[in-house]
Amino acid sequence: MEKEGLRKTPLYEEHVRCGGKLVPFAGWLLPVQYEAGVLTEHMAVRSKCGLFDVSHMGEILCQGKDALANLNRLLTNDYTSLADGQARYSPMCNAQGGVIDDLIVYKAGDGDYFIVVNAANKDKDFAWMCSQAQGDVVFSDRSADIAQLALQGPAAPDIISRLVAAESIPAAYYSCRFNVPMDGVPAMISRTGYTGEDGFEIYLAAGDAPRIWNRLLAVGKEYGLCPCGLGARDTLRLEAAMPLYGHEMDEEVSPLAAGLKMFVKMDKPDFIGKAALAAGTLTEKRIGLQVTGRGIVREQQDVYSGDRRVGRTTSGTYAPFLQQAVAMARVQADAVTVGDRLTVDVRGRRVAVEVVKLPFYKR
Amino acid sequence: MNFPEELWYTKSHEWIRMQEDGSAQIGLTDYAQHELGDLVFVNLPAVGDVLAAGETFADVESVKAVSDVFSPVTARVAAVHEELADTPADINNAPYEAWLVRVENITAHEELLNAADYEAYTKTCTVE
Repeated sequence: MEKEGLRKTPLYEEHVRCGGKLVPFAGWLLPVQYEAGVLTEHMAVRSKCGLFDVSHMGEILCQGKDALANLNRLLTNDYTSLADGQARYSPMCNAQGGVIDDLIVYKAGDGDYFIVVNAANKDKDFAWMCSQAQGDVVFSDRSADIAQLALQGPAAPDIISRLVAAESIPAAYYSCRFNVPMDGVPAMISRTGYTGEDGFEIYLAAGDAPRIWNRLLAVGKEYGLCPCGLGARDTLRLEAAMPLYGHEMDEEVSPLAAGLKMFVKMDKPDFIGKAALAAGTLTEKRIGLQVTGRGIVREQQDVYSGDRRVGRTTSGTYAPFLQQAVAMARVQADAVTVGDRLTVDVRGRRVAVEVVKLPFYKR
Repeated sequence: MNFPEELWYTKSHEWIRMQEDGSAQIGLTDYAQHELGDLVFVNLPAVGDVLAAGETFADVESVKAVSDVFSPVTARVAAVHEELADTPADINNAPYEAWLVRVENITAHEELLNAADYEAYTKTCTVE
């Protein structure tokens, strides 16, 4: 496999030392798993705690007197009520109502926002934000300077409290604390994650990341903390039915068809893509499938109701906690309801599935 | 990594154990299971199926991906290790005991490597 031109995160040496199996992902060389393997890592996050390097994610600052107005125009969610120290998820649409990316905005203060975007979309996002900027606002790409760790699982609060004072730990889900001391270095800590568990995402100066990574693994050992790779990150998010850009949505898919209606505020005065979303009729929706037949359904496989093709899977895997194969699919909105028994074409073989409510797993 | 001397190996990472009665067991190598990671599903052929050397005859799925298994030989399936369907992790835990099929009437074979040559070959394989 060609590894030239792939970027290494500040934690590359730690991954090698932890026995990580490094693979190319979104232009980065990242661990897909460590020695324990995906199943063990997945279960550690559900029952104890896991530590992920997600430094490939992009960080963009949005600052200026008109920052809020720009966010409200760029993003489908409404940031007017976002308080200091809070986080909010949103799709970002193009004028046609397709999703450019999905992201999380953190508010540091008035006119001071921190945006976290997908690694593969970062350059595109930054260029789009800059091209759409209006009034007093500056977007700055800080991705190269910032490392991100995700500490996820029921033991995460106990583990982080070993390195962070209690008053500096964000208490509420989707809250965050800027510039708090973490074992002697400044960190931004948010109570967010992509696993369906309680936990934190920790933003650090790149140079501080290796020491904090090793400190977390050391103090977390007695709680069962283990390093986790991208493999477990994907099975965890899929079991929790969290959408992944490029799978559940892309520039050709509206956030409404991707099942993200609650993050699209059609009552806002305006945002990019609103007119297209208002004019379009919603013909597709996101559903969950539980595999009842033999096999594992993967992404990009056709879904059938009887002989009629009704849609396509967008993600699929073996769900380690549920111990069964599950998938998400985008299907004709009027053709399918929960409880329906469908089939999926798995490499020429029809595998039986049942439409179930999302999420598959809820803590 | 384990490479038992009494087995023959393919470059697609299957092993074949020749039996005195002319039949042979086929499985996945230690290197293959290590590269694939935790296996959660196996799809096996049926007794009586005729396998063709170099052609896929089964697939195994890890959490992340599906992988084809290629037959080292042209032969007829005499027995299928059905229990593996319930415990695919046996392939990870004991790859040289977790045979997939036993074949007979072997009429042709792929390029087969001995243990030393296969071990050397795996060193030249880069991570997927």
